[in-house]
Amino acid sequence: MDIKALAKLAKLNLDKREEGYFEKQFDETFKIIDQFENLDTSKISETYSVIKTKNIMRDDEIDISRILSQDEALRNAKSSHNGFFVVDAILDNDR
Amino acid sequence: MIDRNLNKKLNIFLTLVDKPKAGIPIAIKDNFLTKGIRTTAASKLLNSFIPQYSATVVNKLEANGYSVVGKTNLDAWCHGSSTETSDFGPTLNPWNTDYLSGGSSGGSAAAVSAGIVDVAIGSETAGSIRGPAAWCGVVGVKPTYGRVSRYGVIAMGSSLDCPGVLAKDVVSATKVLKIISGNDPYDATSSNRETEDYELFLTGNVKGLKIGLIENYLLPEMEKEVVDKTLGAIEVLEKLGAIITRVKTLDPKYAIGVYTVVQRAEVSSNLARYDGIRYGNDRNYFGQEAKRRIMLGTHILSSGYQDQYYKKAEKIRTLFNKDFDKLFEGFDVLVGPTMPGPAPKVGVTKGQSMFGEMADVLAEPSAISGLPAVSIPCGFVRRLPIGLQIMGPQFSEGKILNVAYTYEQNHPKF
Repeated sequence: MDIKALAKLAKLNLDKREEGYFEKQFDETFKIIDQFENLDTSKISETYSVIKTKNIMRDDEIDISRILSQDEALRNAKSSHNGFFVVDAILDNDR
Repeated sequence: MIDRNLNKKLNIFLTLVDKPKAGIPIAIKDNFLTKGIRTTAASKLLNSFIPQYSATVVNKLEANGYSVVGKTNLDAWCHGSSTETSDFGPTLNPWNTDYLSGGSSGGSAAAVSAGIVDVAIGSETAGSIRGPAAWCGVVGVKPTYGRVSRYGVIAMGSSLDCPGVLAKDVVSATKVLKIISGNDPYDATSSNRETEDYELFLTGNVKGLKIGLIENYLLPEMEKEVVDKTLGAIEVLEKLGAIITRVKTLDPKYAIGVYTVVQRAEVSSNLARYDGIRYGNDRNYFGQEAKRRIMLGTHILSSGYQDQYYKKAEKIRTLFNKDFDKLFEGFDVLVGPTMPGPAPKVGVTKGQSMFGEMADVLAEPSAISGLPAVSIPCGFVRRLPIGLQIMGPQFSEGKILNVAYTYEQNHPKF
């Protein structure tokens, strides 16, 4: 398992100590998960959800009671500008 | 008024409400959004997050005369069974402060156990209500998946998460469960089945009720006293006319793996939203437990491993469902110990990356199948409380609550 690559995918910064620590712990965890091999599931389908209801729909109408005002929506933001969230630039603007 | 010294000693509340509204006091686990009241999920990432709206559960309680007095401690993001992963320190067990309260709803269990409130709200993904209820000597009710709305509950494992109740007795738990149950258009997984009047089920009569005692939940490594107290509790029900038969289930050890895989996968997806932009601090504020779970979930869901782990786990989940379905053809409810033993000492989880998963082994099978269960105090081992759990088919809350109620009203003095 490439711990560094996983951390990058998950957008997490790990220090060296954590990298080693996690690697060892994941081995322990997979020892438990690998017991799965004892069970034959070749003719079994997956259960992704235990609910019996399907295709829950609602009318395509705006529920005003659930809408936050712009001020409310921005209230917990670290940084906002002219009523918008401020995010880091993701595009290189050199060219 | 909340005894602030007691609260400080046990570390129960992360936030106390300054001036609670008039009403019946209730404590809420700090992973439920409460409008205008800080909500942290016990993580410094949400240290100063003030929600703009409340969870459906909270709205329903307030509409029915309950008043939120404070937000209780938990394992950070509900990741754990001890409250030791909380960024704000563990909640101590009111029966003996050298011991853990359990988790993740440890603060809620301790708030009831210490007599601060009669009822508290918790949530369970697999064991997070039943476990702390057993270790703190209170009643814990984990409803059927979808019976109680998840809207406004900070998501952990979305196909498993269930809000529920911790209370001083079965009647108080039942009253609150009735209030918080029901369909919620804001949660597409909430059931549209009509809520039953659970209080009407509390007859105190179990005559002729077919109870399956899960023999293989009496684990070989269990202390003899735990087994004896569990069997003693079941004998009380037998004397009242219940028909007890020993049964075997699919080995619960497989549920540890299923739960670990499904939950880590869902955690990695759910915690992806914490970007520090719209609310909360950035991802550097995640504690070690959250990082570990996000990483493992990311690995499990990555291409090449999805079939091997995630799909296989969801298939074994089907095996558990079938196993329970078959058992419930012959039995009304299933019973066994809630936890393998009483609360362990504070500090025991250090370096144990699978502590919670192992501690919750007897709660995991029913949780992955979305079944309702109650944990009811059934005595003391080494002066620490233990619990008996009663599980039923989906939407049999009334029935399992009546079994718990009947036991509660008839057991000899502990």
